[in-house]
Amino acid sequence: MTHALDISGLRKTYRSGHEALKGIDLHVAQGDFFALLGPNGAGKSTTIGIVTALVNKSGGTVKVFGHDIDREPMAARRCIGLVPQEFNFNQFEPVIEIVVNQAGYYGVPKAQALQRAETYLKQLGLWDKRRELARNLSGGMKRRLMIARALAHEPKLLILDEPTAGVDIELRRSMWKFLRQVNEQGTTIILTTHYLEEAENLCRNVAIIDEGKIVAHTSIKTLLNQLNSETVVLDLKEPLAHAPHLDGYGSCLTDANTLEVDIPRAEGINRLFQLLSAQGIEVVSLRNKTNRLEELFLRLVENGGTEQ
Amino acid sequence: MNGAIALRTILVKEIRRFLRIWIQTILPPMITTALYFIIFGQLIGSQIGAIAGYSYMDYIVPGLILMAVITNAYGNVVSSFYGAKFSHYVEELLIAPIPNSLILLGYVAGGVARGLTVGAVVTVVAMFFTTVQVHNLAVVLSVVVLTSVLFSLGGFINAIYAKSFDDISIIPTFVLTPLTYLGGIFYSIDMLPAFWRDVSLLNPILYMINAFRYGLLGVSDIPLGTALGVTLLFIVALFAYALFLLQRGVGLKN
Repeated sequence: MTHALDISGLRKTYRSGHEALKGIDLHVAQGDFFALLGPNGAGKSTTIGIVTALVNKSGGTVKVFGHDIDREPMAARRCIGLVPQEFNFNQFEPVIEIVVNQAGYYGVPKAQALQRAETYLKQLGLWDKRRELARNLSGGMKRRLMIARALAHEPKLLILDEPTAGVDIELRRSMWKFLRQVNEQGTTIILTTHYLEEAENLCRNVAIIDEGKIVAHTSIKTLLNQLNSETVVLDLKEPLAHAPHLDGYGSCLTDANTLEVDIPRAEGINRLFQLLSAQGIEVVSLRNKTNRLEELFLRLVENGGTEQ
Repeated sequence: MNGAIALRTILVKEIRRFLRIWIQTILPPMITTALYFIIFGQLIGSQIGAIAGYSYMDYIVPGLILMAVITNAYGNVVSSFYGAKFSHYVEELLIAPIPNSLILLGYVAGGVARGLTVGAVVTVVAMFFTTVQVHNLAVVLSVVVLTSVLFSLGGFINAIYAKSFDDISIIPTFVLTPLTYLGGIFYSIDMLPAFWRDVSLLNPILYMINAFRYGLLGVSDIPLGTALGVTLLFIVALFAYALFLLQRGVGLKN
């Protein structure tokens, strides 16, 4: 089956000489919910920019639902809806005009564009604000407006570049719910985010990009299985003067009542508690130091693609 | 069909934009032109004899109308397209399946719409001061449309190169205004010494003002065919150049 997005050997060298993409390959299946992760400056936005025709590539090929962006640019663009990282609408236009105009740019007739604007603005809780100038909306509303605008022509591929940056937790959860619905209705979604919890919650597959290279390209499940160890934080009932020796586990005290323990995948957690009990150490509570995907992400990025 | 809807969307958006801010776009040329008519037409003009058989007031009407058309067509496109670039909402168009030629046509059509609107409004203002005659309506309409197209294209190219708001006022202030004033609005080039008359022929705006004057009054320093030919030539050259810049993504894409 044709991929929703098929990238081969994509390269980008900016005029300054900076090589942002060093020949990446990326394949996103139709209907997927895909995360593109990477630290700042890794090449995520450059990749999205090239796919959406905002950045000229230096080499390689990009196909969107089989349409080559060089040979069939209009057909490729018709498939894509983009929610960029920065607000990029006319702040002095009314909300509904922004959505209806975007549909118009894609050739959607006015009556149909108005219907779609109503549907998506209602679903995103912006219908009451439809006559407001965009500049009067709150930050969260502006983010939702960009989602409504991106959906106005009902794209087959929705690309969201950090859609929940700066959005409060409640709103973020409601946006996740909405995006899940959009994906369930058949729209392929590619998401970049710094909230790895977001990627773990929403996405099935992931690619991690670092310094212009893909360092991981697999399912979230497979990626998490690569995690050789996890770090847990134990809150202790009684203070300790120094970290206890725990055979098979690495440990360190961050303060007298807080112990961090590296748990190797092979060891599990039961033996750890046996060792702690044997030394008379009582644990009040336990939590993961970081989100599991976050931990893996940091290790991959720090070690150039090898989990160590 | 898709292209027609996209083009219409850009045009309607542009018209709504300049109508929404009519105090900045429609009102100032009305006031400025009224002042020109009062000061140059009535106060100073009454001391000046007829030119080509017309009173000074009647002689300057075509130039003043066309000056308003030129500055507004140019100003509309340069400020709108640069604003879209500056606030990044030009990306709405760049990611959409719209050929670059339609993006260009849409903005130019917006500039022409403002040029024609302001031209009509300024003509109404002129009617308070004199009787506006029409010698040849077809010439009047074609000159005003072609001039609007030409200066809309100029505004578009200026906006593409502009990197700051200062850059969108440099060309109107230091190039457009002097060329317009020296383009025969207030005088016939036959009144100039031979050298300056020849130099004036290098000014493209002279051709448009004279063609427009021919349409309204039936008199011109330049043969009508030459004037229209020069205008068309500039339109073709600027359209091709603007399209080339868009295709290359100059000032728009990395």
